[in-house]
Amino acid sequence: MSGMSKIVKTISNVTFPLIMIYGLYVIAHGHLTPGGGFQGGAVVASGCAMILVAYGSIWTMGKIREKNLSVLESLGALFFIGIALFGLIFGAMFFNNFLADGGVIFGDHVTSGSTAADFNTGGVLPLMNFAVGLKVIAGLFAIVLVMAYATTKPGGGGKE
Amino acid sequence: MTKRDILAVVFFTVVAVFFVFSALMMRSFGPSADPNDTDYFNAPMDDYIIDNTQSETGANNGVTSVVFDYRGFDTLGEATVLFTAVAGVVLVFRRLKK
Repeated sequence: MSGMSKIVKTISNVTFPLIMIYGLYVIAHGHLTPGGGFQGGAVVASGCAMILVAYGSIWTMGKIREKNLSVLESLGALFFIGIALFGLIFGAMFFNNFLADGGVIFGDHVTSGSTAADFNTGGVLPLMNFAVGLKVIAGLFAIVLVMAYATTKPGGGGKE
Repeated sequence: MTKRDILAVVFFTVVAVFFVFSALMMRSFGPSADPNDTDYFNAPMDDYIIDNTQSETGANNGVTSVVFDYRGFDTLGEATVLFTAVAGVVLVFRRLKK
């Protein structure tokens, strides 16, 4: 898949940062607002797929290899399981929320009922959202990138 | 019909009857385990999560606290499914290029 016209590239350049900001916002505020790691990661991966369509798979493959994306995805999975294991070590059990209400990080106390959103709450939930978000971004974009690159002709000029 | 076909029909009938009966015997959607409790939308587990999610997990978003805290193993399974899918796609399509 080669790149598209200059109009498409320019519009992609304009909208790409907005999509990134929105997706990362959904990931970061997963414990306060609707959404979370999966949803925000899907948004960010869609923005990356838009760049892939606009610029072509060969250009995108020159910028980032799917091997690095696989490393990122494995890192996300390791973070996720690592946080769950920390719950086993510092708390009582696997997936224990040992940071909640602890005051260390993301540990502010939350009273029940309708309260104002405080970012510094949630215990391990924001960390797990980041881990899952990293995993979903890298995983989905790796799928799209590998499929687009595999269907490109070796010469580089072909449409499909 | 061969013997094998008859065997297949018998097995299919048994399995289908089993599924139909288990579907008919399921509890209707929503009620709690107590048969005398007619308040369908007041199951004990819902009440527990709604009442305690903020004090226990510290998150205002109850859905995220269920997904990542109360039902963390389910999310671990989802992550495993995604990992397997990515591994399979990369494995198949990387060979196609060379």
